[in-house]
Amino acid sequence: MADSHIIPDNVKLTETHEYLRIDDDDRARVGISHFAAEQLGDIVFIELPEVGQRIEKGDTFGSIESVKAASDLYMPVSAEVVAVNTQLTEEPELINDNSYGDGWMIEISLSNPDEVNELMTPAQYSQIAQ
Amino acid sequence: MYNFLPHTAEDRLNMVKAMGLSSETQLFDDIPASLRHGITYKYLQPEGLSELELQERLKQLATQNTAGSYSSFLGGGAYHRFIPSAVNTIASRSEFYTAYTPYQPEVSQGTLQVVYEFQTMIAELTGLDVANASVYDGASAVTEAALMAARITKHSKLLVSKTLHPDYRAVLNTYTEALEALTIDTFDPLKSTVENLIETWPTDDVAAVIIQHPDFLGCLTEAASFNALRAYCDARGALLIVSSDPVSLGVLEPPGRLGADIVVGDIQPLGNNLSFGGPYGGYMATRQKYLRQLPGRLVGRTLDKNNTVCYTLTLQTREQHIRREKATSNICTNQALNVLKATVYMALMGPKGLCEVATLSMQRAHYLASALSKLPGVSLLAPERAFGFEFALSLPAPAEDCLTWMRAQNILGGLSLSAYYPEYPNTLLIATTEVNTDKEITHFIDVFGTWVESFNLSHSKKEASGALKAKETCPS
Amino acid sequence: MTAKVLETPIFEKSNPGARGVSLPVFGLDSTGLNRISDFLPEGLTRKNLSRLPELAQLDTIRHYVRLSQLNHCIDTGFYPLGSCTMKFNPKVCDLYGQLDGFTQLHPLTPESLSQGALEVMYRLQQYLADVSGFDRVTLQPAAGAQGELVGMMMVKAYFKKHQQPERTQVLIPDAAHGTNPASAAMCGFEVIELKSNREGGVDLDELKQKLSPKTAALMLTNPNTLGLFERDILEITRLVHDAGGLMYYDGANLNAVMGQAKPALMGFDVMHINTHKTFATPHGGGGPGSGPVAVNNKLAPFLPKPYADFDGSQYFLNNDLPDSIGKVKAFWGNFEMMARAFTYISAYGSEGLARVSQDAVLNANYLKEKLKTMYHVPYDLTCKHEFVMTSQRQKVTDPHINTMAIVKRLMDFGIHPPTVYFPLIVAECIMIEPTDTESKETLDRFIEVMSEIDRECRETPDVILNAPHTTPIGKVDEVAAARNPDLNYFSAAKAD
Repeated sequence: MADSHIIPDNVKLTETHEYLRIDDDDRARVGISHFAAEQLGDIVFIELPEVGQRIEKGDTFGSIESVKAASDLYMPVSAEVVAVNTQLTEEPELINDNSYGDGWMIEISLSNPDEVNELMTPAQYSQIAQ
Repeated sequence: MYNFLPHTAEDRLNMVKAMGLSSETQLFDDIPASLRHGITYKYLQPEGLSELELQERLKQLATQNTAGSYSSFLGGGAYHRFIPSAVNTIASRSEFYTAYTPYQPEVSQGTLQVVYEFQTMIAELTGLDVANASVYDGASAVTEAALMAARITKHSKLLVSKTLHPDYRAVLNTYTEALEALTIDTFDPLKSTVENLIETWPTDDVAAVIIQHPDFLGCLTEAASFNALRAYCDARGALLIVSSDPVSLGVLEPPGRLGADIVVGDIQPLGNNLSFGGPYGGYMATRQKYLRQLPGRLVGRTLDKNNTVCYTLTLQTREQHIRREKATSNICTNQALNVLKATVYMALMGPKGLCEVATLSMQRAHYLASALSKLPGVSLLAPERAFGFEFALSLPAPAEDCLTWMRAQNILGGLSLSAYYPEYPNTLLIATTEVNTDKEITHFIDVFGTWVESFNLSHSKKEASGALKAKETCPS
Repeated sequence: MTAKVLETPIFEKSNPGARGVSLPVFGLDSTGLNRISDFLPEGLTRKNLSRLPELAQLDTIRHYVRLSQLNHCIDTGFYPLGSCTMKFNPKVCDLYGQLDGFTQLHPLTPESLSQGALEVMYRLQQYLADVSGFDRVTLQPAAGAQGELVGMMMVKAYFKKHQQPERTQVLIPDAAHGTNPASAAMCGFEVIELKSNREGGVDLDELKQKLSPKTAALMLTNPNTLGLFERDILEITRLVHDAGGLMYYDGANLNAVMGQAKPALMGFDVMHINTHKTFATPHGGGGPGSGPVAVNNKLAPFLPKPYADFDGSQYFLNNDLPDSIGKVKAFWGNFEMMARAFTYISAYGSEGLARVSQDAVLNANYLKEKLKTMYHVPYDLTCKHEFVMTSQRQKVTDPHINTMAIVKRLMDFGIHPPTVYFPLIVAECIMIEPTDTESKETLDRFIEVMSEIDRECRETPDVILNAPHTTPIGKVDEVAAARNPDLNYFSAAKAD
């Protein structure tokens, strides 16, 4: 997708390249930035948590692998996992193609919505991701 | 001298000059002088030996291993088996022998396809979906399987059979002690049936039950016991790990079909030399769903850019050179040459050959066990248990006495179990394979009989009933 | 388009009923032994035979010989593979390491009948102690990585014995081999990374900062993975010892320093030795190896057991080590590798081993001096047995050209690619280790080839980008291989 690198406005990001896309007040989707996906190369495998799991901000919620690299995924905020993108198991390439859209990883219910304010704006993130 | 180093003095001089240096020693100026000076040796001679002198020296050492002139019934996890000549013909080819790890698939298709075929053959023998490219040996395969089970179940207790090879248990202990994360409880299947033992086992936090089949004493685990173990593991969220001699799997139902989640063992019996304990190789097979936690190299089949079928190391992100401290294991080799020998061996044997090797070994063991246990004061250690090609025999006197007696008649009569199980001082572990000829078996029975007789015990050897030739035993 | 196949999987060549070898049949009285069910209980016998292939012997041999011909190997070509020491192993080591008296010897043979093998082990322990400068040696570890693990287990046991359980951290430079952090982590240590200084060595300020009462050990490769000798080595080992820590020597680069500096005298307490790098273990397409560990007297009580010993008249396996970490391998270690290492060291003697390291260093420096006119060498210092360069100058001419593309092109000239993208601290790294056994002619040809490739990068970049062109296969679709792993011929067939 030609514009898959453009970070949507309702997205906030972390220094470890995860994003949080806020869809309504206490629900959000988590994935990794397009920049991070590009750095990893073709994604071949992703390991995601189970629905219902509670994970603290900064803890790992899964891992992601390309042919030559592997990386842990860190929670941008404390939350409960309410849905997992099972399509990624069969088609991990969605993360490369459209990380902010079909390439989302987990849907969460935020434990502490204030934590969102500690994350980076797209503009701030663009400073570190280049 | 040093004829393996190609440079002449003139070459070295030219190279030094080409670098604009005055002397080679300048290349070591970065090493502190205090380290460079005064290097002395306590044991090494300054001068090397010529090839002819080496030949003398090594031959002399090799002939001091006088065991070669004995007929051997030693087993205990390493077996003297027939190795077809073609195995070494293939394994000694420079292209396999002097190749590096196949990280560059373009110039390593030979090694890679061999490993892919090996993985397939091991999956076939074990009745599981995927096998790795091997780890160090049977002991490391058991240990890696235990660590793998702990990662999968996130539990920390290991229930280990006392009849798992004592060295394997020792290695498992060493690793778990260093890791300080897993606890080991042992159970003794000779004391009671597995079905009874299970009643006393923990109900939570169990990562794996580890058994050997056939076990260190040669005994088999009955199908009903497998069912009980499977049910226990299912109820407790644990994995069942089975260590199996691969040759025996030529005739035994694959442990994967009896409920094992991970099957491991040593590939030495598949075309590999005894070589005083190594190198051997550990095989590991498991279910597809546990693939990501399987340690060790894996070879996958894929296509190249020109649509040619090819093979490559894959899922390398599990390994240490990428994951570093988060890797599934720190292992970064496989026993490639041993794997090559095992693969060629299995290809040469085929399904029927492997079945025949296992069957013949078992026929000999059962014949021998039956003859010996008729002697007074002699009995099978576990008469109620089925066994394969190895069995433990209770004797009327210490096993060492018996072994010394047999040795005087050029027989290595087996292993004294007392070194491994102090509670069995009078017990001998005997293994038979296809290389123990009919004549050797008869000789064993005779010599053993004279040892028993030497106790002046009454002798009630029964006559064998009508001799029959063996028929073809493996299904066609 | 149907895919091309170089060599059909052996399972497809199976001809039911064909046999590769014949076996004897049981010739004694077989009453009660005729059927498998006579001696094996129900439910434990295979319902179906395995699907191993069935071929005549010649067909099996042709299959594997043809497969062998798809491999690059030392006996056909050069391997400038940094950090791997792909040198020529004298054939005498293979031949005499595999005499029948050794290969037919069961590991549990009575000691009185295996004196020759035990003597080889005993003497090799002494030789390796001599080369490394340490007091004691275990030959048990099956490979360098296991040796490393054993070393770290002993470090752990040492602090346990000395009641310092708080020492839980292991310092490891960022340029270290991946096994170092993996081995430390397997022993339950916390890995603390040390950033390298501008010369690629240990940064003393960083080291001082990271050392603490929690420090158990520093794991170091010297010369380091850039091929540079740590000039401050004596200061480094002093600092770590003053902080109460131990020094671990990764022996991967031992081929550079034999007879030049002994690791024990540098201040190290423990090291592992990769016999496949330095002492004539064949690489064999990825193993087996052998990873002896040498220690000073501080750590000797914790060695794995048993070890080979001599009582004045007999060689024997000594189990008398009450504080031993235990066993790490079934039986005694990879004996065939020990016999080869013993043969190799006997062939060279101490003066010969020193010459080995001198030639390894000479060859590396010669290549570095010649290649630095074409390729960027980030650390242009006297190197030891290996050095690193990068593709940054070549990249300028075409942005797609990178290290991987350049080294893949080498295969078209019959040369194995060097180690690349390691150590991680050098971008687009190419790591070259010519070893001691390559002649000046081979080195000069390599220089010519690298010069030709440099020219191609500027003039015909497509040739580089599409390389290799002459190998049995081209670039592999590793993404497809990893996304849908096909690891078993029969389950792949089922999926089709």
